[in-house]
This record gives sequence, C-alpha cells and structure tokens, in this order.
Amino acid sequence: MPCGADMGGTVSGDTVTAVAEAEPARRRIESRLTAGDRVYRTLATAGAGATLVLIVLIGLFLLIKAMPALREAGWSFITTKEWSPDAEKPRFGVAAMMFGTLISATVAMAVTFPVSVSTAVFINEYAPRRLRRPLTSLIDLMAAIPSLIFAMWGLFVLVPFLLPLEQWAVDRFGWLPFMKAAAIGASLSNAGLVVSLMTIPIATSIIREVLSQVPRHECEGALALGATRWGMIRTVVLPFGRGGIIGGTMLGLGRALGETLAATLVLSLTFEIKPRVLENGGITVASALAVQFKDAQKMGLSALMAAGLALFVVTFAINLLAAFVVSRSRSGAGVDA
Amino acid sequence: MNNTDPASTRPLPPGPPLPPEQPGTAHTATGQPGPAAPGGGTLTATQVSAWFGSNKVLEGVDLDMDAGQVTALIGPSGCGKSTFLRILNRMHELVPTASLAGSVLLDGEDIYGRTLRVTQVRRHIGMVFQKPNPFPAMSIADNVAAGLKLTGTKAANRSELIEESLRRAGLWNEVKGRLRDAAGGLSGGQQQRLCIARSLTVRPDVLLMDEPCSALDPTSTRRIEETIDELRGQVTIVIVTHNMQQAQRVSQRCAFFLAAENEPGRIVESGPTTTIFESPKDSRTSDYVHGRFG
Repeated sequence: MPCGADMGGTVSGDTVTAVAEAEPARRRIESRLTAGDRVYRTLATAGAGATLVLIVLIGLFLLIKAMPALREAGWSFITTKEWSPDAEKPRFGVAAMMFGTLISATVAMAVTFPVSVSTAVFINEYAPRRLRRPLTSLIDLMAAIPSLIFAMWGLFVLVPFLLPLEQWAVDRFGWLPFMKAAAIGASLSNAGLVVSLMTIPIATSIIREVLSQVPRHECEGALALGATRWGMIRTVVLPFGRGGIIGGTMLGLGRALGETLAATLVLSLTFEIKPRVLENGGITVASALAVQFKDAQKMGLSALMAAGLALFVVTFAINLLAAFVVSRSRSGAGVDA
Repeated sequence: MNNTDPASTRPLPPGPPLPPEQPGTAHTATGQPGPAAPGGGTLTATQVSAWFGSNKVLEGVDLDMDAGQVTALIGPSGCGKSTFLRILNRMHELVPTASLAGSVLLDGEDIYGRTLRVTQVRRHIGMVFQKPNPFPAMSIADNVAAGLKLTGTKAANRSELIEESLRRAGLWNEVKGRLRDAAGGLSGGQQQRLCIARSLTVRPDVLLMDEPCSALDPTSTRRIEETIDELRGQVTIVIVTHNMQQAQRVSQRCAFFLAAENEPGRIVESGPTTTIFESPKDSRTSDYVHGRFG
C-alpha cells in the first residue's frame, strides 16, 4: 500500500461550512515530499507504468495483427474447430485448441494443487529439520529447470510408464463418457501430466514460502489444546496460507495455460474437441501456434495472432479472477493480535 | 479452498435457546465447574533441569503445585520460569535444541512417561500465552470449541459448552450477541479471555498462564485476575508473572526463581504467598519482592 504521499485528504470548504457554523474551519493537511522521496516515487511510478504500458502494447499488437482474421471469421472464430486459414475458403477457430488448453491445464492443476500443498506442508512441518534447507533449495532449483527437460522426460519416461495404468482405467471405467478411449497415450491428460511436472515446483516454492510465515504463537495455541500436528496444520497453517496457496496455484495455472513444449512433444496434434481426456490426440493454443507458424501464409499468420490474443485474454481473465479470490479470502489471515 | 478449512466456514448449529442473562451474574453463580474437573490435578516437578543446546537454563527445580490452588512463578527476566512453565505441558520440546532432565508428575503419572501421549498431556494441562493467540480465521464460538475438534472430542451439547466456557472466562456477557463474528475483532483483553475460555472447553486439570496480562491494560488485567479467582478450586493454575502485586492478589503459593550471572535458573524459595512476601527466609527473595532488583 502506498503510504504517506497521498494521505492528505482534501476537504472541500463548502461541506465544512454546511455542517455547522460553530465548527472551526478544518485545515487542509499538506505533506511536502523531500527531494529523495520525489526521486524514488518517480522511479517506482515509472517502473510500474512501464509494466502496464508493456502489457497494453502487447495486447494492442496482438489485436491489430489479429484484426484481418477476426474480420474474416467473425464469431465463428470462437466456435470453429478446424484450422485452415490459408485455404481458398478459410475456415478456422480456436474452439479445439482452447478446449485442449483448458483440459490439459485442468489436469495439470488437479495434480499440481494437492502435490504442491502436501509437499510444502511436508517440508515445513514434517521433514527432519536438517533436511528442510536442502529440500527447499531442491524445489527452487526444479522451478528453474527448462521446461524442455521436463517435457522430454515426460515423453520418454512418464507417459510410457503410465500407459498400463491408463489402459486399466479405460477398461475399468470406460463406461463413463469421458473415460472412453479408442487409443490411449499422447492424450490431453498426458500433456496435462507433463505440464504438472513444470508447475509443481513453482507452485510448491511459493506455497512453502507463504506457509513458513505462519505465526508460531498461533501454532502453539493449537498444540497447547492437545492438537496433533495435523490438527494444527488444518486449523492454523492452512487457513493462514489460503491466499498464498491460491496465488501459487494460479501462478502455476498461468504457466500451464501458456506451456508450449509439453503439448507439442507429447500430444499427437489434431484439431478436434476430445472430451475423452485419455484418448489419443488433441491440441492446445500454444502448441498450435508453435507448429503452425512456419507454414502460415498471410491469413494464417493473422489467425495465429488471433489465437494468441484469445490465450492472452483467457490467461488475463483467470489471473484477474484469482486476484479477486485471493483478496477476498485473505480476511483474518493477516489479523495480528 | 473451503475444504482445507471447514471450521471457519461451517455455520454454527442452531443451539438450544440460552437462558436469559441477569445483569451481574456473569461471574458469580453461573460459572459452575465441569464435572470432569472438580478441583484440578496436582503437578509435582522433581529435579527438573533444562537445556537449550549446551546452554543450561534451569537446574534442579522441585516444586509441588497443589490441586485447585494458584501457584505464581516469579523472578527476574531470564531466570527460567517460562521455560519451567513450558516443561509442565511439554511445550518445551517444540524448540528443536531443547532437552531436559527430571520428572513432572500429574496426579502421580509421569507426563514424559510412556503411558501418556503428548496430546493427552496438553489436553489435561492447558496453556494461556503471553500474547493472546486466538485463531483469527475462526469465529468466537469456533475458537472456544476448537479444542473439542482438535482433540476429536464429540460434544452433543456444543453450544452449551461454549457458553459455559465463556462464562467461566468472564467473557460471555460481552460476546454473547456476536458469537459468529471473527475473533480478530475483539480487544486484546477480550482475546486473552477468549483464549482462557478456549483452554477451559477441553476441561483441563491444570491451566498454565505465561504472563497472561503483560500485554493488557489495567482494566483487562483486573478482569483476568477475577477470572483466575473464579477458577480457583476448579482448576489448578500456575501463573508466571512479573507483577508482584498480581502475584500477591491471585496466588496462594509462590516460587521465586533466580539465575546468577552465567548460571542456570534455580528456585531460591517457595512456599505460601504470604510467607514469600511478608517473611521470606532468603534475603534475595525479600529484595526482589520489595522491588530492590529485577
């Protein structure tokens, strides 16, 4: 919160005299900034402004470049699955890729959330004290590993390893509509799993950091009542960290939505909407952009820009929603007696 | 996110209508002792020593804390009385480097022995801390009932228990209309009494208080002292205090701790509060209680 500079609230003279004549005239409080303050305020404002300007510029760039394609496709851009913008009769839309993006991100988050929270809780509350620092460093290090490494490991190790399990799941639960699969492997859920490899470290790192800030005297309050360690975590640690848990997960989600390599390498790319999440094939916005760019002609390029714009808007909206949720759920967490 | 924290979001079950409150009854006849804790338990510390790492902070402490009595631990800062208090309900071991020697018996049973679990020990020996530490995300009622949930105790008459605990802690009249409000909105003194109520809900035999009034204003301090007075006879109370008048007002027995420079803390003298304050045997006790040092 900015403090000091703008605290001098102005009181209009009219309202003061209107209230009561007997009251003394209220003074207008002025606070003059020192030269140093003014310099730092300018620097901070410039930094914040540059970030905002950058985001707006990127959005504008995408919008301008996407305009021809959006004019051509109209609202069908949202509902069309196919992607043949450079054909004689162009037909293209983000329906399939947006669907794939959301599904793989959902799968990634379904894995990331529980794994990250429990890893963070383990490191902070259960791990032997001498292992805490090394484990923390390890997680932070993993967050810095290039996603290509995770994608390759996922492609050559994790996905083949999970095939028997997926087959079993399809055999067993195939009667559920979304669990059916003609052929497994290279599916949206595989892509989501590989994405979760990349989102788990970053989410864990943030959540662990937030949970480590829990006031120890509140933890002791729970323990002194006869709570088990888990009881203390449930009543004190997790409620305190709620905002950070959501924030960390959302940062992971941001990465999952934009993740390119995992889907490009793992998925067998098809422009289809596949509600059967275990079935072979699918596409995400980012992977479509990556593979289509090279061969794109004039309209194709514009269409890709439009797809990028769609991803930009969706990511932005989700993060905005997350910020809203976090700001609402923080009540109480920061109360310090 | 709600699933991680059911306690803060779950609405209170509609309790039975509460009896109408007569003014002035808050701390007279209404705070009936619970049947499970008639008089509290006896704590016996024998030859207790304590270390943090290689630093010995407490040596050879023997002290009997009688059932239903208020025992005050007094002494200058850094003499080990808070450490001793935390040994009495096994909070000491939460510090990673902490260790101890000697034994503490609750009604004859070793609280560090194999027969008792640490959670059981702390359930029987509650603690109120220097800084009020209610669970800020929970409502007032949920705070009071938190101990039940944390110890897995089923209580059919939850709202009655909440009312009883709040009455015993002398807070009922002030919060009865806003039990569902967040505990963070209470004043410091109210929060501290809420913490006392929270401790009482699990019906402890002993209540340890670590300078419970040091962060409070005089009015709140007086309220808490009244509360201690009302609890006497129902619960054994051990209170650490820096306030000599408070020790005189609330306690029946008193133990004076002192640590010489670079030496662990020891009990210089213990006995009935009147003796400690009016005719102490040791000149250091006399000097301390008369404010000549510390």
